[in-house]
Amino acid sequence: MNVVAPFEGIGASVRRKEDLRFLSGRGQYTDDINRPGQTHAWILRSPHAHAAIQGLDTAAAKAMPGVLAVFVGADMAADNVGGIPCGWQIHNKDGSPMAEPPHPALAIGKVRHVGDPVAVVIAETKQQARDAAEAIVVDYAPLPAAATMEQALKPGAPQIHDGAPGNLCYDWHIGDRAVLDAAFAKAHKVVSFETTNNRLVPNAMEPRAAIGEYDAQSGDYTLYTTSQNPHVIRLLMGAFVLHIPEAKLRVVAPDVGGGFGSKIYHYAEEAIVTWASAKVKRPIKWTAERTESFMSDAHGRDHVTKAELALDAQGKILGLKVHTHANMGAYLSTFAPCVPTYLYATLLSGVYVMPVIYAEVKAVFTNTVPVDAYRGAGRPEATYLLERLMDVAAKEMGLDRVEFRRRNFIPVDAFPYQTPVALQYDSGNYFATLDAALETADWKGFEARRAAAAAKGKLRGIGISTYLEACGIAPSAVVGSLGARAGLYEVGTIRVHPTGSVTVLTGAHSHGQGHETTFAQLVADRLGVPIANVDVVHGDTAKVPFGMGTYGSRSLAVGGSAMVKAMDKIVAKGKRIAAHLMEASVEDVEFDRGTFRVAGTDKTKSLTDISLAAYVPHNYPIEEIEPGLEETAFYDPKNFTYPGGCHIAEVEIDAETGKVSMVNFTAVDDVGRVINPMIVEGQVQGGVAQGIGQALLESAIYDDQGQLISGSMMDYTMPRADDLAPVSVATHTTLCTHNPLGVKGCGEVGAIGSPPAVINAVVDALRDYGVRHIEMPATPAKIWNIIHGGRRAAAE
Amino acid sequence: MPQVSLTVNGTRHTVEVEARTLLVELLREKLRLTGTHVGCDTSQCGACVIHMGGDSVKACTILAVQCEGASITTIEGLAKPDGTLHPMQEAFREYHALQCGFCTPGMVMSAIDLVNKHPNGLTEQEIREGLEGNLCRCTGYHNIVKAIAAAADVMQGRRSELARAAE
Amino acid sequence: MYEFSYHKPASVADAVKLLSADPEARPISGGMTLLPALKLRLSKPTALVDLSGIAELRGIRRDGGTIVVGALAKHYEVATNADIKAAIPALAWMASTIGDTQVRNRGTMGGSVANNDPSADYPAALLALGATIQTDRRKLSADEFFTGMFSTALDTGELVTAIHIPVPEKAGYAKMKNPASRYSMAGVFVARGPAGVRVAVNGAGANGAFRAPQMEAALQANWSPDAVAGVKMDPAMMNGDIHGSAEYRAHLVTVMAKRAVQNAG
Repeated sequence: MNVVAPFEGIGASVRRKEDLRFLSGRGQYTDDINRPGQTHAWILRSPHAHAAIQGLDTAAAKAMPGVLAVFVGADMAADNVGGIPCGWQIHNKDGSPMAEPPHPALAIGKVRHVGDPVAVVIAETKQQARDAAEAIVVDYAPLPAAATMEQALKPGAPQIHDGAPGNLCYDWHIGDRAVLDAAFAKAHKVVSFETTNNRLVPNAMEPRAAIGEYDAQSGDYTLYTTSQNPHVIRLLMGAFVLHIPEAKLRVVAPDVGGGFGSKIYHYAEEAIVTWASAKVKRPIKWTAERTESFMSDAHGRDHVTKAELALDAQGKILGLKVHTHANMGAYLSTFAPCVPTYLYATLLSGVYVMPVIYAEVKAVFTNTVPVDAYRGAGRPEATYLLERLMDVAAKEMGLDRVEFRRRNFIPVDAFPYQTPVALQYDSGNYFATLDAALETADWKGFEARRAAAAAKGKLRGIGISTYLEACGIAPSAVVGSLGARAGLYEVGTIRVHPTGSVTVLTGAHSHGQGHETTFAQLVADRLGVPIANVDVVHGDTAKVPFGMGTYGSRSLAVGGSAMVKAMDKIVAKGKRIAAHLMEASVEDVEFDRGTFRVAGTDKTKSLTDISLAAYVPHNYPIEEIEPGLEETAFYDPKNFTYPGGCHIAEVEIDAETGKVSMVNFTAVDDVGRVINPMIVEGQVQGGVAQGIGQALLESAIYDDQGQLISGSMMDYTMPRADDLAPVSVATHTTLCTHNPLGVKGCGEVGAIGSPPAVINAVVDALRDYGVRHIEMPATPAKIWNIIHGGRRAAAE
Repeated sequence: MPQVSLTVNGTRHTVEVEARTLLVELLREKLRLTGTHVGCDTSQCGACVIHMGGDSVKACTILAVQCEGASITTIEGLAKPDGTLHPMQEAFREYHALQCGFCTPGMVMSAIDLVNKHPNGLTEQEIREGLEGNLCRCTGYHNIVKAIAAAADVMQGRRSELARAAE
Repeated sequence: MYEFSYHKPASVADAVKLLSADPEARPISGGMTLLPALKLRLSKPTALVDLSGIAELRGIRRDGGTIVVGALAKHYEVATNADIKAAIPALAWMASTIGDTQVRNRGTMGGSVANNDPSADYPAALLALGATIQTDRRKLSADEFFTGMFSTALDTGELVTAIHIPVPEKAGYAKMKNPASRYSMAGVFVARGPAGVRVAVNGAGANGAFRAPQMEAALQANWSPDAVAGVKMDPAMMNGDIHGSAEYRAHLVTVMAKRAVQNAG
């Protein structure tokens, strides 16, 4: 019997259903799966950033112990295997399509980044495959590399792809240049600012893995993979790469150990093991070593930007001009082209009234790992630019940075608010989140804390960021017109079983977000079924209808909405059945959390009564209503959702070593309606940790030859527990106006809002040293150089 | 091929391995105890931490043959046979100290050793520093730190059971 | 890892015999540096000779004015040993900062000393404390033993068996960790004792751990943090990389020296 405890519904910090298996070692991640007869793949990767392959001899490797097969690019090409496709097409200023060069799964003729796959060895054990890979003889003729965008754009730069002259992928713009020029012409002041958004390596703790399996009897393929969106992988790999009909290709993404965007994309290794499994007629497992992850997982960020902000004498913004170079890496990853355009330039209005914005973005190929969406995807880059620029501008205008922001906020009564860069914000209250954050962070008391720190020889600073982002990218028709090659709806099926327990099938995928709990809470709240009786199924194309997966903080806003729509159908059908059973008219039947009632009477039927009747249709209006109680809904959002808020960072700098310590962090976010506050808080804390990582610690650094210097955790600084401080998280809710739950999304706000707050705090701490800007990450060595230089300047 | 005899979660095993087989490979592939994870190849992430003779050890940085005669506990061996969770496991759940779950087994094993090595309790800073060998990319660590402090109280008798975390 | 054979001798003599017979064989104790290198296939030994079964290499004891540490003593043992905590608390504290908990549970002083990684902690401590390294065949002063980055005076097949450390009057340590690897980026160990006033540096040097004579002279004249705070190090001696220039490391050495003296009291 379903008896729902009231605290399990929307708004309850229910402990997670999925935790028990993770805590007892019973999670099932891709590498935990072993298929009968399984073999192992090792991918031989290019040690060069750019080289022609003049010869490739695999004979010795094929003769090594345990080796079943060795394949190279020519083998896949001979089998008519397609290249790795790109899922988004951008058009240039002149309307022509972007350069979209081929991306073979195994290199053909040329390698274009360190880590580019060249050959695959299939052997009985991973060590045997690796041993044999060392016996492959590749005759590389190294070519000059373009490791940075600056190198790639120089006249006479090495040409990475034949089809991309000057290494330019696209030259795109948005906004009205003439209107902008007019606004700048009457400006009281124009503040210029240049910055680099540092390149990051996502480093989800679970390395990518894939198992390809071919059943020769049925002709069915199965791919187990570390993916955030198995249906998208099935579509891309089945339709464009391996030409396998959907019905013959099952993609399973079991427990996935973190994604942060890096597991959205279709990767070469998935196609390689799936294709090769039919060749060797055995399942093939590939699991990345962390070293391979660094050189094969899509990286994030990597923008170089010049911006100018025009202001009137009162400090009101007149216009914003932005010119950005965005690094694509050596090939176009699945969603790479849309990140610096529709997920970045469209966000440049932030939380501010900006009469006009003009942004141009040049996307550039380099001899580096492909770059794609990483937690926040475009919005962190936009937010960082804006929120640093706001601080710089406030200072140059002689205005208090909080007052300057407040003066330019979009008023509370201005929603829906149309920005000059396409987006229309549905709701928000930036004053409320700002005020709450200032209060929590004791902004007023800061100068006393700074003085106390100074007495201990520490430099203390405080920084603020008032940000906005866009989640649940949509609607499909609009994104299609902007170049998306996929729909961006979501699907949910609600299957009420005969005795009233519920299975939810969702196209969203959980890789840490806690969907098994949050989604069950939605069912508990609406249908009155205890979450213990709700099972959430995801991540298997054989079980779940075609869905789009989890990224862009979309799961609840889009996937949750689909579930609500499906539950609407369940309730509507249930009312008809209840009306029959209670001999009432459908219009008179009310439903509330599991109970159908004839309005104004004490006649009731439980959901279980109805589900039982639906599956055992003895006393049932079979002519009018189909048996069964299962409904599916596809939900295509009307708009993005727009979470926003205020982050405040407080830091202390050891002036002798330059080391920055986080001492406090306050986040007040408007993520719309909160289903599970505990999970929301966890998402924000995790996002903030990645944002602090970007601001203070993390950087993917290539040398001039295109070698990744920070290519392991020995040199790439992952945030550890003692790098971080407690994060105070609070929410202030304005509801999303266009989805049924009023939710906005919380997965990325932490990573979006925090980096500028931290850098603003670091710059504030160094205010006596005449520092205008510090590029991320603010490492001890960098800070020390500034302090050292500042002292020297003072002495001179 | 060399043989190694060892006790894992109370059960004695004798297994043939290559000399180059790591303990984590023995656990995952030979004994199919897949709760112990591998998240890096430079001995830094700590997803593979197990206990060897009660001390936390990275199972990716010890050869199986070095474990002859050793007594190993993995995440699978922490709960009581009746399924009752170890206080550290219980605290991780109560304080939402895990998200994707991948670092969790190693984090829990490290945390237990950390508490055991500080019989008089730990400060927040000691917990943070004590987690130097474990990386988590999801949680930002804050809830892990809270969970460990709460579990330490239970393990060391300062509190009989976990209070429900403040809502 | 490449394939290798594995041996676990029960005596130093047997270990030396195995290692002397095969110059490509490598001894392993904790393996905290060796195994990561093998996993990345950076080294290809024919055989590993596991020293962990050799009882005579174990133990920590005080022998009059000397602490004797067996080569197999783990960092955690050094950090928590009552004799060391009483006699050389700076050494115990230093050991508690090596690597992470799991490294300290496995890694040994003998292994660290024999490897002489430039960013390892112990070499600077032993230089500063004027320790003597005992091998299966001789005794060497720390000054003789450490001959540069990853380089020692050990002959092929020669094993470190124990480290003899004279108890100082005062000693202190401070280090700045590399933000990514958490190895020492600049660590300074200062000591005043039977071996005189000594200052040694790890992490920062272009060629491994080294002594800092100018700092020793400054502290000889005036044992105080201020005495070393003004001693500038030569960046030409320092290592530079993406985490910090040679100039930065030179500066850090001075800062850490000052803090080490503060810590020494």
